[in-house]
Amino acid sequence: MFRGILEGMRQTLRSFFEKPVTIQYPEQKRPVRARFKGRHVLKRYENGLEKCIGCALCAAACPADAIFVEAAENTDERRFSPGERYASTYEINMLRCIYCGFCEDACPTEAIVLGDNYELSFMDRAASIYTKDMLLEPVPAVDKLTPQSTPPGVFTRSVPEMKDPED
Amino acid sequence: MAVKMVNLTIDNHPVSVPAGTLVVDAAKKVGIEIPVFCYHPKMDPVGMCRLCLVEIGRPMVDRATNQPVLEADGSPKISFGPKLETACTTPVSEGMVVLTENDKVSEARKDILEFILTSHPLDCPVCDKGGECPLQNLTMRFGPGESRFLFDEKMRLAKQVPLGELILLDRERCIQCARCVRFQKEIVDDPVIGFSQRGRALEIVTFSDPGFDSIFSGNTTDICPVGALTTSDFRFGARPWEMNAAASLCTHCPVGCNLTINVRREARAGGRDVIKRIMPRQNESVNEIWICDKGRFAYHFTESEQRLTEPMMRKGSELVAVSWDEALQAAASRLKKAGEKTITLAGGRLSNEDLFNLCQLTSGLGGQYWMHGTMGGGDLLAQVGVGQGTNLGEFGPGSAILVVASDLHEEAPVWWLRVKQAAERGATLIVASARPTRLDRFAKCVIRYAYGEEVETVTSLVPEYKTDVSEAICAGIQGILGAENLVVFFGSDGLGLEGTTALAAACMELLVKTNHFGRANNGLIAVWPNANTQGAFELGYRPAADLASRLAEAQVAYIAAADPAGDDPALAEALRKTGFIIVQELFMTPTARMADLVLPAQAFTEREGTFVSGERRVQRYYPAVRPISGPRPDFQIAAQIAAQLGFSLEERLASLVFQRLSEAMPDFAGLTYQQLAMVEEQWPLIGRHDLYFGGTGYDNHQGLGVQLKPAAQRLEPLNLPDVPELPPLQAPEGAFLVVPITCLYDRGQTLLPTSLLHERMEKPAIYVHPKLATRVGLEDKQSFQLVLNGISTLVQVIFDENAPEGAALLPRSVGVPIQGPALAQKEIVSG
Ligand code: SF4
Ligand code: SF4
Ligand code: SF4
Ligand code: SF4
Ligand code: FES
Repeated sequence: MFRGILEGMRQTLRSFFEKPVTIQYPEQKRPVRARFKGRHVLKRYENGLEKCIGCALCAAACPADAIFVEAAENTDERRFSPGERYASTYEINMLRCIYCGFCEDACPTEAIVLGDNYELSFMDRAASIYTKDMLLEPVPAVDKLTPQSTPPGVFTRSVPEMKDPED
Repeated sequence: MAVKMVNLTIDNHPVSVPAGTLVVDAAKKVGIEIPVFCYHPKMDPVGMCRLCLVEIGRPMVDRATNQPVLEADGSPKISFGPKLETACTTPVSEGMVVLTENDKVSEARKDILEFILTSHPLDCPVCDKGGECPLQNLTMRFGPGESRFLFDEKMRLAKQVPLGELILLDRERCIQCARCVRFQKEIVDDPVIGFSQRGRALEIVTFSDPGFDSIFSGNTTDICPVGALTTSDFRFGARPWEMNAAASLCTHCPVGCNLTINVRREARAGGRDVIKRIMPRQNESVNEIWICDKGRFAYHFTESEQRLTEPMMRKGSELVAVSWDEALQAAASRLKKAGEKTITLAGGRLSNEDLFNLCQLTSGLGGQYWMHGTMGGGDLLAQVGVGQGTNLGEFGPGSAILVVASDLHEEAPVWWLRVKQAAERGATLIVASARPTRLDRFAKCVIRYAYGEEVETVTSLVPEYKTDVSEAICAGIQGILGAENLVVFFGSDGLGLEGTTALAAACMELLVKTNHFGRANNGLIAVWPNANTQGAFELGYRPAADLASRLAEAQVAYIAAADPAGDDPALAEALRKTGFIIVQELFMTPTARMADLVLPAQAFTEREGTFVSGERRVQRYYPAVRPISGPRPDFQIAAQIAAQLGFSLEERLASLVFQRLSEAMPDFAGLTYQQLAMVEEQWPLIGRHDLYFGGTGYDNHQGLGVQLKPAAQRLEPLNLPDVPELPPLQAPEGAFLVVPITCLYDRGQTLLPTSLLHERMEKPAIYVHPKLATRVGLEDKQSFQLVLNGISTLVQVIFDENAPEGAALLPRSVGVPIQGPALAQKEIVSG
């Protein structure tokens, strides 16, 4: 019986000198793993144009029916994305989403990416619906905001000529 | 005449089909899929795409003895050709053996698809066809996993090329199957698009001005096996898998084309159901798999912002919104007071259920009910309308069709198409009209008369009256005498109520005297202005010649789906004298503005009901969208008013109203909604499961409708009316004759909200022959004040060599009221 008590005290004593594992969230945050799947981000190209072309393939792939997309037509005067089509409405219901990443796989332009953000909390159900402006990646500079006015004949293709994904 | 049957085997299935059947069709009939791109079951094969390659063997015949060579086991020896053959161009032959599933065939399909894809863009994600695309589907099923062709050598061609306002072309996506070009040329006789250049540079071009000038253009987007042709209306509207489909009917003309309405709930519409597109629904006895562009695009009125949403009552000089309870009470108390001084006026846009409840309500009060419109003769169709089982698709040699006073191409496009095709199959087509129409080209004989001679012309076709008639009429008589079947279409080209009523009687006489009535494929068809004018006639509504005085004397006028004040200034004048006006409508029409009580009605897309087509086919339509809040179905409003007055009418469901209707109306006896929803297998087998064969049109699971038997077919005695004579039309000095004609794209209430069609809509203009213009002193393109029945309107003159020299043509519903032939003057502007 004594031995048991001594063993316990030894453990306790050892822990005194170990580095603590507790993190002072939310002041401190632990970096997420490389393949972590958090809240989605809608990506942009370097020139600020949106990668999303409003094809709704993510919505079709989504097992939770969490995504809703409405498309509209780009013009050179008011261009959101390369090619003919862009998403005029893009919504994800974060309460429905099961963070499976199928939407990411389905996307032909790598526009929707599950990011690092896991801080999702809402006061009501309506707030769980993230709209396009909440999901879109911020722009580096004001002149990169969409819609942009672009020269004619440059952005004619919706789907970029990508190499096959390596991984 | 028995058709010779041919026996063959396809993939070891024994098949027996009529001689002349193509191998693709034979395979389809037994459920074996042979993929096709260029072949379409409604068109002649061309063998252009080679996707349908199959291996075909035929029994060997010993040349010396002419006997089949037998195998050791006694079965005929089959010799297979060295090459694969196209199943779409090869007719079946006795003893043929077709293999569609071996390595050779799969390899060929793979290669053809690889070729087709060499220059196909990576557009599937943004392409409107994506998700219902035969190229996508067949590539997934039969194609190679990857392409060996070089990406840099892809053809780059123009995208988003508008062929007109309605149809967009993407040249890169075209796989050069020529279905669209052939459809326009062979099926609808509008060869306005074609191929230009050759080889890989081949592209579709339009040669018409305006571009793609055809009223059937939308159908090419259904049969294009890729997303090369899409409509600008549906552009990026939704992905096909996101939409719900509801069966419906076209409400724009009496053909009664079967439709499917595709609907999606949308955020940008505030969560409302939005109609994304209208597609044809197969009914081989009505519209086959086609619809016209008006039916396809002119649906926007149902979701217009201008729709009425609240009941309104006149308080002081203003119409103010009131609750339904108040509105119904007000209507009921007024109607009660008016009693037999009530007059109900209904339009041909209402369903049978609405019309039934309205007439029950009115007769309960002892009042009178009338139809609003300027075309008569519908009562005769109850006697000698086309017989049950009539199908224009069966017309060929030995049948005859007479079209009188109707420009079918403009008034009922799909009938035009079916009549044209019947004539091409060998039916005798006789066209009698006052001016050239698009049907003349296909007619055996064209009878040209002057406006006003319609009745005379038809009467002179009765063989027994044959006096010294013209050559054309002789030919017409010959055609009718020699025909086993005869269908007569009569319209209202240049005619008003009096003229059409007389013409209908003359047509009936012709049919009866030549014994072409009371059985299938024989009888009378009226080219009505509305989808359910026939239904209104069936339920006892008639147009009234003296409507103005009746309205003026009425204490209460209950007007549903009609705009008398907008259509006829004389009626507007009369309504000013009416005691109390109740208007049940979709929109704030001129009549509604005069009303004391306005009741908002639901659009046909929000509810169910039935229509009777011009061929007296009763057909059902189903709710497509959730109704907007406020409006109620017409039959319900009538029933709710009736309830306040103490009679019980069915207000719950259209199907229950129909039950009462079929109990009350002998012609509908025994009909139920279930019967109207019955379907049977139709050829060609098209549908959503194999879009490559028939296109993206919908198959019919919701009902083919039931054709009513006319009295003659029920062997009831006929009551032949006298054929009244029409007074001759002659213009005195200083005036000229103007007659109404019907144009497809008018400026009516149900068309105007479709902005896509604005460019093609008729302007307030009259078509005048240059000679007549000189006589009257009008110049081309000139605008002038036209005085018609005392009303002066600014119209434009358009010179038209096709217009007759005796009369100017004024399209109906373009803003210039005209009810029938009328004398017009040019206003002398003083000062
Ligand atoms: S992560 Fe999965 S569940 Fe969430 S939106 Fe994407 S596909 Fe849907
Ligand atoms: S995120 Fe990607 S898959 Fe989803 S609509 Fe945009 S482009 Fe299409
Ligand atoms: S546009 Fe369509 S239907 Fe016409 S040829 Fe090209 S692929 Fe065929
Ligand atoms: S032919 Fe008549 S019924 Fe058919 S789609 Fe056109 S307007 Fe509608
Ligand atoms: S060659 Fe037969 S379908 Fe095209």
